[in-house]
Amino acid sequence: MTSFQFLEWPVIRQLRGADRLGRGAAVTSKATRSTAPRTSEADTVVQSVCPYCAVGCGQKVFAKDNRVIQIEGDPDSPISRGRLCPKGAASEQLVNSTRRITTVRYRPPYATDWQDLDLDTAMDMIADRFLEARRNHWEDEDEKGHPLRRAMGIASLGGATIDNEENYLAKKLFTAAGAIQMENQARI
Amino acid sequence: MANADCIVIQGSNMAEAHPVGYQWVMEARSRGARVIHVDPRFSRTSANADKHLPIRAGTDIVLLGALINHVIANDLWFTDYVKAFTNASSIIEGDFADSEDLDGLFSGFDPATGTYDNASWQYADASADGADGADGGHGASTATGVPHGESHGESHGSGGPQLEHGEPARDETLQDPRCVFQILKRHYARYTAEMVEEACGISRADFEYLARSMTDNSGPERTTCFAYAVGWTQHVGGAQFIRAAGVLQLLLGNMGRPGGGIMALRGHATIQGSTDIPTLFNLLPGYLPMPKAGAHDSFEDYVDSIGSKSQKGFWAESEAYAVNLLKAWWGDAATAENDWAFDYLPRLTGAHGTYQTTMRMLEDGLDGFFLLGQNPAVGSANGRMQRLGMSHLKWMVVRDFSMIESATWWKEGPEIESGELKTEDIATEMFFLPAANHTEKAGSFTQTQRLVQWRQQAVTPPGDCRSELAFMFELGQRLRERLRDSTDPRDRPLLDLTWDYPTDEHGEPDPESVLKEINGYHVGGEQDGVPLSSYTQITADGTTAGGCWIYTGVYADGVNQAARRKPGSEQDSTAAEWAWAWPANRRILYNRASADADGKPWSERKKYVWWDEDTQRWTGKDIPDFPADKHPHDLGDADEGGAAALAGNDAFVMQADGRGWLFAPSGMVDGPLPTHYETVESAIPNPLYGQQANPTQMTITDRDNMNAPGITGTAAEGEVYPYVFTTYRLTEHHTAGGMSRFLPYLAELQPELFCEVSPELAEEVGLEQNGWATVITPRSAIEARVLVTRRMRPLQAAGRTVHQIGIPYHWAQGTEAVVSGDAVNDLIGMNLDANTQIQNSKVIACALRPGRRPRGPALRDLVADFQDRAGISPTTAESTLDIGPTTAEPSAELAVDDPRGADTASGEEH
Repeated sequence: MTSFQFLEWPVIRQLRGADRLGRGAAVTSKATRSTAPRTSEADTVVQSVCPYCAVGCGQKVFAKDNRVIQIEGDPDSPISRGRLCPKGAASEQLVNSTRRITTVRYRPPYATDWQDLDLDTAMDMIADRFLEARRNHWEDEDEKGHPLRRAMGIASLGGATIDNEENYLAKKLFTAAGAIQMENQARI
Repeated sequence: MANADCIVIQGSNMAEAHPVGYQWVMEARSRGARVIHVDPRFSRTSANADKHLPIRAGTDIVLLGALINHVIANDLWFTDYVKAFTNASSIIEGDFADSEDLDGLFSGFDPATGTYDNASWQYADASADGADGADGGHGASTATGVPHGESHGESHGSGGPQLEHGEPARDETLQDPRCVFQILKRHYARYTAEMVEEACGISRADFEYLARSMTDNSGPERTTCFAYAVGWTQHVGGAQFIRAAGVLQLLLGNMGRPGGGIMALRGHATIQGSTDIPTLFNLLPGYLPMPKAGAHDSFEDYVDSIGSKSQKGFWAESEAYAVNLLKAWWGDAATAENDWAFDYLPRLTGAHGTYQTTMRMLEDGLDGFFLLGQNPAVGSANGRMQRLGMSHLKWMVVRDFSMIESATWWKEGPEIESGELKTEDIATEMFFLPAANHTEKAGSFTQTQRLVQWRQQAVTPPGDCRSELAFMFELGQRLRERLRDSTDPRDRPLLDLTWDYPTDEHGEPDPESVLKEINGYHVGGEQDGVPLSSYTQITADGTTAGGCWIYTGVYADGVNQAARRKPGSEQDSTAAEWAWAWPANRRILYNRASADADGKPWSERKKYVWWDEDTQRWTGKDIPDFPADKHPHDLGDADEGGAAALAGNDAFVMQADGRGWLFAPSGMVDGPLPTHYETVESAIPNPLYGQQANPTQMTITDRDNMNAPGITGTAAEGEVYPYVFTTYRLTEHHTAGGMSRFLPYLAELQPELFCEVSPELAEEVGLEQNGWATVITPRSAIEARVLVTRRMRPLQAAGRTVHQIGIPYHWAQGTEAVVSGDAVNDLIGMNLDANTQIQNSKVIACALRPGRRPRGPALRDLVADFQDRAGISPTTAESTLDIGPTTAEPSAELAVDDPRGADTASGEEH
């Protein structure tokens, strides 16, 4: 701690300065004066949208050195006018959660635990299995000879938390592959 | 909603589940609007409303029907609006029989299949026998309906029940006994305030208050708005709950007007977008249906089933929308000669929803399963069957942020604890692929009011985390690479697919290039590749291509309109320059109805869109949802179809006759008018009809999915499951918890599963505040902390005391999340609405007892013990379905204690 300075004593500051009632500058500590909002350190800020419910509140995402450091409500949004609920306000923790998994995990049949797996290898394995499942349960036509042209061995679930563009590619790819069993939260 | 004079929130706890949206309800209230909350529970929404009306769960149609009856019987309907804009005057086929005539069924029901043929629900043709005031015309048959047959919920897109043409016989005086208005009047005549008291447990005084609030706040000067959420959709018959509100709002003239409407409060960031650009089995982008084997073998059959070229409105152009999509997907390989590669589309043979898929897993009919940000082990009905289904898969890919329970069921799921599954015996190969989050990728979400909002990317994803865009693109690349030399015709759709999105230095495809494809662009000619600006530019001759016709305009002028961010403070309340709403940046649909038949605003106070005599165009505060230069008195060109056929008062431009439908001749599989049925497990006889439950309900018949006996069990067996619980959300958690239970902040705010019970019920059962309770259904049993609260109030209905329990559902067993608890959806059965294939999660019969549930194998013993006492077993499983007909095979050959093996029962539905 720095040495005591009489003139910096709060009562003296209160009497000397304009803040006679001691409700502002006169009573701030040095520690308070040296603090700054986290957002001031950000080197970028972008406009985003809350990932939880469907109200679509505006978010401002502050980042520094390619890391999100703060997420706040966007006052420009005519929907939310800067507000966020507890989930939206906690979404920085969603982004930087210590429980987040950032590497591929793989569990072989009958194994009792996860293993590491290279992403590229995982993608190859999934592509191979996709085509095998497609062959295993392929249906060309129904019993009356109507064309079906579909792959009943593959299904997917999910879509309401990912982007329109992502759903679009998923639907396009799965439909072209004949995989009709494609669903998301809207059904539930 | 801020413009409403009265807001009725029913089937939603908006203040809790959509808290930031609720500010607009509070805004309306501060301006004097009355807010009424109808819900089994008193919640944060009730606390911020003028009045809370507790209701017996599942009886919403009795209440809404009584409001309809009240409005008609007391001549409180908005006459000019109803006559101009609804199908009140349309004449229905002579052989139509109402549920009043058939004790709860409509004409056309086939008990063998549990489905309706809707032929008799159709409009009578104007050229047939003498209806008044109708101009004769076209159509050779006596009815102007869909090609008759069984009605199937999966067979049409959500906007698109079609008619042969849009000119039914009409009686503008509304006196013809066969006109919609008279049918409606008769249908709801027995839905009275007394019936509401009897069925819903709502007093006559409270009903009177609700009715007066709505009718006082509807008309030219005022509007009333409804808001609902999954408290309506998650019912068998839920689609009809919403339609009942639609009928009421049409009668009161509250559709297409500011402060009116029915607001669907959706629960996920882009659940609207994932329905528009659907990852759903029955739809293609833009609500085009997936083709169905047999019915849509040719492109012509397919297109005709969506919208006849001679019907009114924009669905008459369905061929153009379909060609546009096929052209976007298959490019040069889609030609006029091959019907735009229509045969590349796979075909449906019935419902292939997520619950049918679960049953297919259990039958070993599915090898691989992808989860894209969803946690069905916790979030789907009958969680135990979900997890057992996963154990039958060969492989599974989970793409998420953290180790959700759908990724760890093989290691620490409840069935490991109960001994039903052993990790070492589970063959399922698991891939966990970490996902990029919303700050790590750019892209668009479509929120609950159709607003498409673009997110900027803030940072790049860490480690192996990737966007779904990158994953799908990369998977497509690898599939196509492996099939490159294939000569098998089944591989042509993958090989001919347009799949050439530009990528950045990390191999991530450019999301704006995908948005541009969704928007659509010109093909060939001078404008080749130029983005379309309006869906009216879409052609059926292959000169345009686009992935989702209703999104046309989102990339108009080559500009990402969804990324527009003019601050709300610099705009009027429509805020048209913040993001982009489909269709055409329109903020209120059917807004032609905000002006009267002459095109004048109904009132200065509710002025929104009107006809400008000087410019001879529609104008106003929003993009008019009507052909811009069609005069209000235009009669429409009956010889043309589509937009040209619309008369100047045909405000409902997506409907085949241009009218708002009080009566639905097609589009609903369980009846043209909303009708009250009890839920399948209800122990209360239907007070209105002999038909107890919804006759079209789809129940998955399986020993693991049995229902409580309901009225069939009460006399002989006593009530083993005497109470009813309803599930709900909390502000601090999100659905199955994957994005909330893993966050310390949120987990600390709501750490533990609880059940809300009234003091009376607590005393009856012997529950202590903060103690434990065990909730038991025929599917499973869970434990929860006890919250004794006056928020739950016992109701007097059907001559008895009805106790309802409230249970939030966000928790799950496991060690990966910050907090854990039992998964409430384990209690819930797979009973599906036939229109939507959505399960009932809101009215579940249960037993309740103090203390914690048993551990290990004793848990299943407890569940089986209650099943025995209730007299339900696999051999009687079908008897619980007598309420609705079943064609399912009884699964009597199965032993009760047989752990589910490969030889299990078929999961047939009916």
